[in-house]
Amino acid sequence: MIDILTDPTQLADFLATSLRLSVPIIFAALGGVLSERSGVFNIGLEGMLLAGCFGAAVGAYFFGTPFAGVAVGMFFGLLGALILAYLSITLGVSQIVSGIAINMLMLGLTAFLSRIVFEGQANTMTLSGFKPIAIPLLSQIPVLGPVFFNQDLLVYVMYAMVAGGLWLMYRTRWGLNVRAVGENPRAVDTAGISVVGLRYACVLTSGAIAGLGGCYLVLSQIFLFSEHMSAGKGFIALAAVILGRWNPLGALLACLLFGVFDALQLRLQFANPEVPYQAFVILPYAVSILALVGLVGKPTPPAAVGIPYKREAK
Amino acid sequence: MATAHPHLAVEELSRSFGPLKANDRVSLHVARGSVHAVLGENGAGKTTLMNVLYGLYRPDEGRILIDGKPVEIGSPRAALALGIGMVHQHFMLVGSLSVAENVVLGLEGAGFALDLETHRRKLAELSRSFGFDVDPSELVWRLPMGVQQRVEILKLLYRNADILILDEPTSVLTPVEVGPFLDLLRRLRDAGKTILLITHKLEEVMSIAERVTVMRAGRVVAELATAGTSPRELARLMVGRDVVFDIEHERAPIGAPRLSVEGLRVKSDRGIEAVAGVDLEVRAGEILGLAGVDGNGQAELAEAIAGLRRPEAGQVRIDGAEVTHLSVADRLHEHGLGYVPEDRQRTGLVLDNSVAANTILRSYRVEPFARHGLFLDFPRIRAHAERLVRAYDVRLRDVDQPVRYLSGGNQQKVILAREIESDAKVLVVAQPCKGLDVGAIEFVQRTLLAQRAKGVAILYISTELEHILMACDRIAVIARGRITGILTPQEATAERLGLLMAGSRTEAH
Repeated sequence: MIDILTDPTQLADFLATSLRLSVPIIFAALGGVLSERSGVFNIGLEGMLLAGCFGAAVGAYFFGTPFAGVAVGMFFGLLGALILAYLSITLGVSQIVSGIAINMLMLGLTAFLSRIVFEGQANTMTLSGFKPIAIPLLSQIPVLGPVFFNQDLLVYVMYAMVAGGLWLMYRTRWGLNVRAVGENPRAVDTAGISVVGLRYACVLTSGAIAGLGGCYLVLSQIFLFSEHMSAGKGFIALAAVILGRWNPLGALLACLLFGVFDALQLRLQFANPEVPYQAFVILPYAVSILALVGLVGKPTPPAAVGIPYKREAK
Repeated sequence: MATAHPHLAVEELSRSFGPLKANDRVSLHVARGSVHAVLGENGAGKTTLMNVLYGLYRPDEGRILIDGKPVEIGSPRAALALGIGMVHQHFMLVGSLSVAENVVLGLEGAGFALDLETHRRKLAELSRSFGFDVDPSELVWRLPMGVQQRVEILKLLYRNADILILDEPTSVLTPVEVGPFLDLLRRLRDAGKTILLITHKLEEVMSIAERVTVMRAGRVVAELATAGTSPRELARLMVGRDVVFDIEHERAPIGAPRLSVEGLRVKSDRGIEAVAGVDLEVRAGEILGLAGVDGNGQAELAEAIAGLRRPEAGQVRIDGAEVTHLSVADRLHEHGLGYVPEDRQRTGLVLDNSVAANTILRSYRVEPFARHGLFLDFPRIRAHAERLVRAYDVRLRDVDQPVRYLSGGNQQKVILAREIESDAKVLVVAQPCKGLDVGAIEFVQRTLLAQRAKGVAILYISTELEHILMACDRIAVIARGRITGILTPQEATAERLGLLMAGSRTEAH
């Protein structure tokens, strides 16, 4: 077990596993940050992630290229988000209930459609996926080089999204509008900005990004679609949004923390076959609960998150 | 030739909401570089008029002219493009953002990337030029209300608005902040800005406005120069009848002490000792005023007496019986302690519940409203509410209406009715006239005096000295959580009260 601390190859392998386990959650959490910053809880991340998985498989299966998988996967994630946006922003339905409904809908719908579309070969096919691309020079850095810079395209897209997200959120007028609308939509409305338009944009983008997380699962890791393959990653992303203080970089770090402990528990499983594996599976979840409770003080969510906006309401 | 036109004119403007004519052929003429007041009771149609001017509502009929040219105002953005800016009564600020970010929010034509540094510098300059003293980098939630208000005005100035509409601007200010605020308005006027001041406070109108338009029930009843009028005339125009400023004091003999507070110490939410050892006695048939600058422990003292806040030390007694550790409900039902809280919307009422439900908030678990302590008797509750509504002249559509849609004065009547009609023998009233118009203030004062005549002991907490002087038998002054003196109304000159209140904090936060 301690070889990950002494042997550089083992350490690099361990960290690479940690990163790979984090990536889908990071995408979902980035979507969650955007949506919640605009004032809409996105409990449906899990469903949108799963829709992204299914879309990725469909795209790659029919067009034979992972790029088509990405396009269809993001589009399916966006469709899931459209349901949330319409229910919660236009109709003012509870965001929590809408989100849960989307999760259950996607769970059933993707399982049902995969049997129709893939006709029973869902679990045996091998889809075309992304291959690792080593970035010259950077990938030569000892230990960390291969971990972070010998990855596939979607991981690099993720880096760009975190950086771009930070810039967009804190250095642009659009980001200012988003931060404002999650705190006080009336102020945004009286400033002449459309609250509905802004929230729709954020929620739809959020769904597309969560869908991208699903694309990574299918096109970079597993190369097939299986039922409920999102397996709770969207819910972990929700915790990461809080742990990361509604900040793209914070969410990234929170997801990496989870990924490290997930990788650790996998190693513990292999090293201790006599112990029931469930004992180790708990580890990353327990760590995220502990981190939420203890580590970081009192989180202050965007003030208006969860509250439907109506102009007439006094 | 343009100089002959008023800067802003409204002609024969009407706007209805269903059957209600909120504005009925309203006309208004505001000269450039002047302060023009629009005076009226709550519900007179002032806010509707302002929302039309700011593009939030469309008028049904009538015209709006700027410098003599008719304009269409379809949205707040269009209003700003015409130079009309509005400061709402409830600020439109985002607390977690900085002052500069709040000002830039929604600013047109500034590109996609946000050059906050440049805005910050320009804003600091603008702030200095008007003597605003606002730091553009500070987060808004850290600022006291008075400074937040200046941020709202800065927002408008930064967009080059030259007609500033201010909706009840002083209602959020403490008395010591009002003077400097009016000075600031004078500076803006002298800089050529046109200011439209919506208010129901007569003193403000007299001290700062050149002209005043008085509204009542959706119509303009007069437009006159303040130099040629008096507060008494304005009050009469506004209410539609003579308002009695000096209420007849009908007396009952003052009896034994009913409410007594001994050595009370109470901490504020932030853990600071807000009430630092207070002794008070209110006797039957007496109104004891508690004067002081806001934030000197009044709120904590009232909550401790009412049972909403646990004191660190000391005792509260009613008719000799100790109630310090009793619940809020037991204090009312067993000892007759009624409480009119300062924040009537958050503490006093459940805004989205019906008026009827609000009248039994304090007694829904007891007979006769709850049969066997379990089942609510709705017909009886409605009948009870209807009786209170009639007796206290609450203006509403029906008792099933959510209390949210009542005006401030009518909401306060609902609370007063509920507390008094629970057979209260002791009343603690905190800032009962805050934000109310003259008609409603008169009603509140009369109601309290009528209770005194019945032998109720009343603790009357207020920051408005004239209200206290109008009604109270004795006046205690609180500063930094201590009683600094108790005076009779005859002794209570502004000077002496000022001295007792002195040394107190100047900011509410």
